[in-house]
Amino acid sequence: MAQLGFYINQSLCTGCKACSVSCKDKNNLDVGINFRRVYSYENGSFIQQQSKGLVQNVQAYYYSIACNHCTNPKCIPSCPTGAITKNKESGVVTIDQKVCQGAQLCVKACPYGAPQYNSKEFKSDKCDFCMNLQEKGEEPVCVSTCPMRAIEFGPVEKLRKKYGSISQIKGMPKASITHPNIVITPHKDAKL
Amino acid sequence: MSENGHISKLLKNKMQRRTFLKWSSTIGIPVIAGGVGTKLLVERQQKEEVSSAKVEEKIVSTCSINNCGGRCVIKAHVKDGVVVRVTTDTQESGDLSTLPLRACVRGRNYRSLLYHPDRLKYPMKRVGKRGEGKFERISWEEAIETIATEVKRIGDHYGPESRYVNYASGQSWGLHGGKNAARKLLSLTGGFLNYRNDYSSGAGNVATPYTYGTNNSGSSFDSLLHSKYIILWGQNPSEMIFSTPYREYLMQAKKNGAKIIVIDPRYTDTAIAFADEWIPILPTTDNAMMDAMGYVIITENLHDHEFLDKYCLGFDDSHMPDGIPKGESLKNYLLGIKDGVPKTPEWAEKICRVPAEKIREIARNYANIKPAALIQGWAAQRQAYGEQFMRGGAQLACLTGNVGKLGGWAAGTGYWSRSDIVYPFSFENPVKASIPCFLWTKAVEKGIKMTAEDGLEGVERLTSNIKCIFNMAGNMLINQHSDINKTSALLEDESKVEFIVVSDLFMTPSAKFADILLPGTTFFERWDIGVPWCFGDYVILGERTIDPLYECRDEYDVFAEVAEKLGIKDKFTEGKTTFDLVKESVERTKKELDPNFPSFEEFRDKGVHHFKFDEPLVGFKEQIDNIEKQPFETPSGKIELFSKALWDMNQHDEIPAIAKYIPSWEGPEDPLTEKYPLQLIGWHYKRRCHSTYDNQSWLEEAAKQEMWMNPLDAEKRGMKNGDRAKVFNERGTLVIDVKVTPRITPGVIGIPQGAWYTPDKDGLDQRGSLNVLTSQRPTPLAKANPQQTNLVEVKKA
Repeated sequence: MAQLGFYINQSLCTGCKACSVSCKDKNNLDVGINFRRVYSYENGSFIQQQSKGLVQNVQAYYYSIACNHCTNPKCIPSCPTGAITKNKESGVVTIDQKVCQGAQLCVKACPYGAPQYNSKEFKSDKCDFCMNLQEKGEEPVCVSTCPMRAIEFGPVEKLRKKYGSISQIKGMPKASITHPNIVITPHKDAKL
Repeated sequence: MSENGHISKLLKNKMQRRTFLKWSSTIGIPVIAGGVGTKLLVERQQKEEVSSAKVEEKIVSTCSINNCGGRCVIKAHVKDGVVVRVTTDTQESGDLSTLPLRACVRGRNYRSLLYHPDRLKYPMKRVGKRGEGKFERISWEEAIETIATEVKRIGDHYGPESRYVNYASGQSWGLHGGKNAARKLLSLTGGFLNYRNDYSSGAGNVATPYTYGTNNSGSSFDSLLHSKYIILWGQNPSEMIFSTPYREYLMQAKKNGAKIIVIDPRYTDTAIAFADEWIPILPTTDNAMMDAMGYVIITENLHDHEFLDKYCLGFDDSHMPDGIPKGESLKNYLLGIKDGVPKTPEWAEKICRVPAEKIREIARNYANIKPAALIQGWAAQRQAYGEQFMRGGAQLACLTGNVGKLGGWAAGTGYWSRSDIVYPFSFENPVKASIPCFLWTKAVEKGIKMTAEDGLEGVERLTSNIKCIFNMAGNMLINQHSDINKTSALLEDESKVEFIVVSDLFMTPSAKFADILLPGTTFFERWDIGVPWCFGDYVILGERTIDPLYECRDEYDVFAEVAEKLGIKDKFTEGKTTFDLVKESVERTKKELDPNFPSFEEFRDKGVHHFKFDEPLVGFKEQIDNIEKQPFETPSGKIELFSKALWDMNQHDEIPAIAKYIPSWEGPEDPLTEKYPLQLIGWHYKRRCHSTYDNQSWLEEAAKQEMWMNPLDAEKRGMKNGDRAKVFNERGTLVIDVKVTPRITPGVIGIPQGAWYTPDKDGLDQRGSLNVLTSQRPTPLAKANPQQTNLVEVKKA
């Protein structure tokens, strides 16, 4: 199996957050813990013309992101207990809950905010690409959820062939830090 | 109730209790404690394997039945009687006639809703002051006995017109449900006061037929694939989910190259995903922009002469109904021939704040790029002169000849309808009197003084004020009706309404006003059929997934027992269970309406049925193709841009015969702006269906209750993002967090509608329940709710 990745057609994202909440439903996540998150961006202003009319240059978009299962994940070397590993075949990065001691260094290390700290369990956890669903031949829950069908997954090389190689939009960390396995079709306002 | 019935009920409840215990030991961990992550998930699964190694997960396809415009497939993964997870329609379809019906964020939260610890669990009666929210547990026997006694007492004493079933749309958008169960019971015992119209599209529903003769305007969504220019005017299907596949069609239309414009005071989620351009506008001023677009279209000779001559009445002086003085045509109005005010873009700009050049550009595009669809949302008709908005959109569609053409759109309310099912749960109300639904508080206070001018129909005068209210699965009693403070005071007075029955899933603000409060069931716990708004071309089976939790019961079964108490059970049930009703609907739909409809077994197998059509439905195509043989259903047989019926009402200032801009009370031109300078609007929030789900924590996290305010207005008041704000006018005050955002027009603030009224000890709402600030003054023609028309001021709390 080759390195897996997500594809996000951000130009279609309506910010509904079904992906985020379905992930919570599947993984039984409490409020405050979001393996998949939807960020919003808004910018711009209004000017009132002499003739009273309002002119605006407002830009806004949403962006859904989980773990990017990076080629050079910063979380792995940050972990003092060795709880985080990257699967050699699929490239999926997971946190072993038996080994995690809740140091939260991964939370600080990841530029994307993927690891989520659970203050009741004193452990961090994150998107595991729904490997248990994939083993049953099902799609990760965010993929099968998106009402706009704007999330896809698969071997990242295939996704890049299909959708190009953009892995960074306005507001996102530099892709060169961790080499995230994500492919994005940006919203018109989000293009770099 | 017979002794046997009582015993069997107790037995049933015992079984339910066992189910509940089983449930609480398993699902209680993830939902209530929550946040357990993968490790606990794994442990829980291992634990379950030990206790129920042979129990396999089964998937039951069901469907929600609340008043969400969308209707989606919900697949409940059930293990040992417990829903452990929900998924949705996973089909990847290339066929645009069977689009996947995927749930949105609200649908993804349904398991949390089902197992929410705050569910109402048993029947209760009020013990404190009405509205105070103090209740005591009672038996079902006592609840049923009390309802039966009061229904009879009030009916005997005040007459059937004193009994009212309030507008409600919670868990009742299906074949049966609480509202209809209550109506049938009352019908069989003398009847009840009817209501007409609704709170969603009240002004439009009454206004649109004056133009077209019917409310079935618009076209089917697949027609949009042929549109080249689409104006979404005050419509936000990404958040309020007008119909589940709508977004898909918009996406496809965009891919096909259609240019999409969104006109809205907010930069909505719909605008983010679909719009080429967002046009901010001040609320209540839409018709000023529409008038100016009309002015541009006719002065630049872009109007469709042939269409206007052949199909329309009232465009110019040579196409007017008989008996109307000269100078009253639409063209005269737009050119300002009579009033001396040409409705130029410069004139409109000062009112609606859309720059004149922008109005010109949109008017030209709409007239020149054909076919073009102007689709109107229902928000802007929920204002003081909402009737004008709906008639104004239709007027533009006619000026440009975009009616009856594929890819065009007959603007108006837009209740097209081409697929239907049979509703076998029927009743006939012997009472003929009806009121507009928005005026029920008036009918409580002075029903016997209401006249035709208040929209009373069927009788000259009512024989009684409303004395008994059934509010089944709805929050209109307090939360969703205008002016909460006024309504609460009215209902607290027990000498007015003497008896209130409420059923619901939670202790909503309306439920607090119950005398008898019944715990209802969710769609997981009952049989039904889910039908989308406006009969989108599919229906979904709502299969009962698990037994009702606690002592919760379907209203149908409750009212069957009330009927039994009154000796009319057979007439009420006609020997049918809710499951029988569902089966009958399927069988009769196949037989009477559509031979291609599946059998019950096939329907259950698939869970969903898509109606198939060879081509899009184009509103009024038949009339446009052949008006001689197929006239419009108006008095003149034509599209009435000028309505003689409206003219004859002789209230030309507020009910004009042509659609036009009327400066609104509590609009931007009202002198009251000196005291209350901000216009307040609400919107259907993505995390709620009206007020349903307001208490769901996952959804609050996804989209919190907060007020939108433009940085220009925030700065004037020294407010920052996240500050607590006090919002107030003469009717009330609420407190809410502020989101400072350029996504809303300066001068306008937005509070998502539907938050539960949560007063503190001083009576100040702490949640942001918009209706603390809205008015009960109805729209002039339809007597509909004007809840988007509010002036307020804001200061730091």
